[in-house]
Amino acid sequence: MAEIPKEEYLKKCTSACAGCSSSLTLRYVLKAAGHDTVLVVPACCTSVIQGIYPNTAMNVPVYNVAFAAAAACASGMSEAFRSLGRKTNVIVYAGDGGTLDIGIQSMSGAFERGTDFLYICYDNEAYGNTGMQRSGATPLGARTTTTPTGKTVEKKDIDAIAAAHHLSYMATACSAYPQDIYKKVAKALTFRGPTFIHILAPCPPGWRYPAEKTIEMGKLAVKSGMWVLYERENNKLTISAPSKAAMRKPIPLEEYLGPQGRFKGIDPKSIEILKQRLADNLKHLAAEEEASA
Amino acid sequence: MKEIATGNKAIAKAVKQALPDVVAAYPITPQTEIVETIADFVTSGQMKSRYIPVESEHSAMAACIGASITGVRTFTATSAHGLLYMHEMTNWAAGARLPIVMANVNRSLGPGWNIWAEHTDAMQERDTGWLQVYVSTVQEAYDTTLMAFRIAEHNDVLLPVMVNLDGFVLSHIMQPLDTVEPGNFIPPIHLPHAIDVKNPAGYGGLTGPDQHFKFRWDIERSIRDSEKVIAATEADFAKRFGRKYGPVEEYRCEDADVILIALGTLGKEAEVAIDILRKEGIKAGSMRLRWFRPFPKLDLTGKDVVVIDRDYSFGYGGIVAHEIMAKCHCDVFSVIAGLGGQEVTYDDIAEFVRKRRIGTEFWFGVNAHV
Repeated sequence: MAEIPKEEYLKKCTSACAGCSSSLTLRYVLKAAGHDTVLVVPACCTSVIQGIYPNTAMNVPVYNVAFAAAAACASGMSEAFRSLGRKTNVIVYAGDGGTLDIGIQSMSGAFERGTDFLYICYDNEAYGNTGMQRSGATPLGARTTTTPTGKTVEKKDIDAIAAAHHLSYMATACSAYPQDIYKKVAKALTFRGPTFIHILAPCPPGWRYPAEKTIEMGKLAVKSGMWVLYERENNKLTISAPSKAAMRKPIPLEEYLGPQGRFKGIDPKSIEILKQRLADNLKHLAAEEEASA
Repeated sequence: MKEIATGNKAIAKAVKQALPDVVAAYPITPQTEIVETIADFVTSGQMKSRYIPVESEHSAMAACIGASITGVRTFTATSAHGLLYMHEMTNWAAGARLPIVMANVNRSLGPGWNIWAEHTDAMQERDTGWLQVYVSTVQEAYDTTLMAFRIAEHNDVLLPVMVNLDGFVLSHIMQPLDTVEPGNFIPPIHLPHAIDVKNPAGYGGLTGPDQHFKFRWDIERSIRDSEKVIAATEADFAKRFGRKYGPVEEYRCEDADVILIALGTLGKEAEVAIDILRKEGIKAGSMRLRWFRPFPKLDLTGKDVVVIDRDYSFGYGGIVAHEIMAKCHCDVFSVIAGLGGQEVTYDDIAEFVRKRRIGTEFWFGVNAHV
């Protein structure tokens, strides 16, 4: 990890929950981006993690904006910096609710317009900030406060939606692999125009597992193939090393689902559907990687 | 330079001369001509701004907010449903103390689908912290837009300004327009809280009750302070360019027994009605409210007051009438007229004055006294 800078942009005084993997993720995102960066944050856990005015736990400017507005706000900011002749990085750091649900219109608009910014969706697969209500990213079978018997529909494929905008760079990442996050963010910021990184961020209180297991949970997601790490650079897809290894010898999905309270009592039919989707996704990505090699 | 222009074109020309860095807007009838004209100015290189063709009005205001917080000059334009779709973000703009200038082409709200003039759209924004001004001619639309940037960006104000013009009646009508060379009339923008990566700060995050109260009070104080800034700006405009405006345009009010009050084009139309009434020996005068926020101080002591509202608050009444009753401690004859572009002639207006019944509300067209 020698290449990762020691400088901290996320101070130790955040109000994040114990074991919060999205704040861990943000730590590496900011290390990769450096000081000449503005974060645009819609309503989400990160808007709370900063602390209460006049204090801030962030060592970069953070512009908090209304839930649906982050990407559009970033468009204005990016154009203004351009007009001022500044190269400042504009990074939207939004949860899955602000990305897959309420914010999808403004994200799509900003992608289509070619806004020069990086959009990061940290995905804890529910509305974590308000106590774990379902989102478009909640997987089939997961219990949330608004799907008390388990979600009956599947997770929205935001990566396919993002890919349909023909971005020059997009990637997936996971909080359990900080070096991978660091490299992908650093690379994304070298591109002009819109880029997208979708980061799985396990959430101890929401997923109902002990706080100290947060890294292990992310690794289980990748090792089971439930979450695949890859990057797509100018239409060339590369599956990242941890997922390559997982694809050769995946662990059973049950090892990922089992330790999580949110999947307690999930019916076998839902597990079968999840397994089928997982297999389809891996097959699809492997085929794309081979075709674009 | 003298020419003929529509209200929409006049706004676009003023925006071009104000040199905003970023314009973000979404087209909507009857505002469309404003953004089309600006897009043409930018594309043809006549205007150096960055024009962001957003996917919605919510995003238009969000983009202006993102641009404005970097410390640059911003503009947008909308109308009716577009304004309401922005509503969340109009609150955000004022709360974040961002001097965004917006033209709102006043139009009614559906259903039914009606594209003609009404002020209910802007009146639904009255509690957001935006300054609001209503114009009545093409020239005034142009002049006021130039002044709006200077007022919004003044460090004693730092609040967004909405320039309102009646849909079609003014947005699409052609009138003479005398454009000016603004020179240094609008000083360079200096936003004290602009984002600075060398001095990181959090903006718009969690705020406890005490600080929130203070922020709200600061907005109210700036609304009050804006009166002086507006007066100084209008005085300097008159000195430089020879056209004089004020919070209220009074017409034959000196010895009047009855005062007629309206906004926008109806307020201008009222002057013809006043001349008719004067010929009949009725001592009438008119006050056209230009600024609605800050609300002007009016002396109506001992007068009969007739107020025409091109808006309505259901279950409450004409919004302007009620503001006047509350702030001037008087009773009025409240006329609801012109909704959805309903035609109201100067003869109709004169008739409202002749047949006034102070203390009642009258729905013109339905001819119902309430």
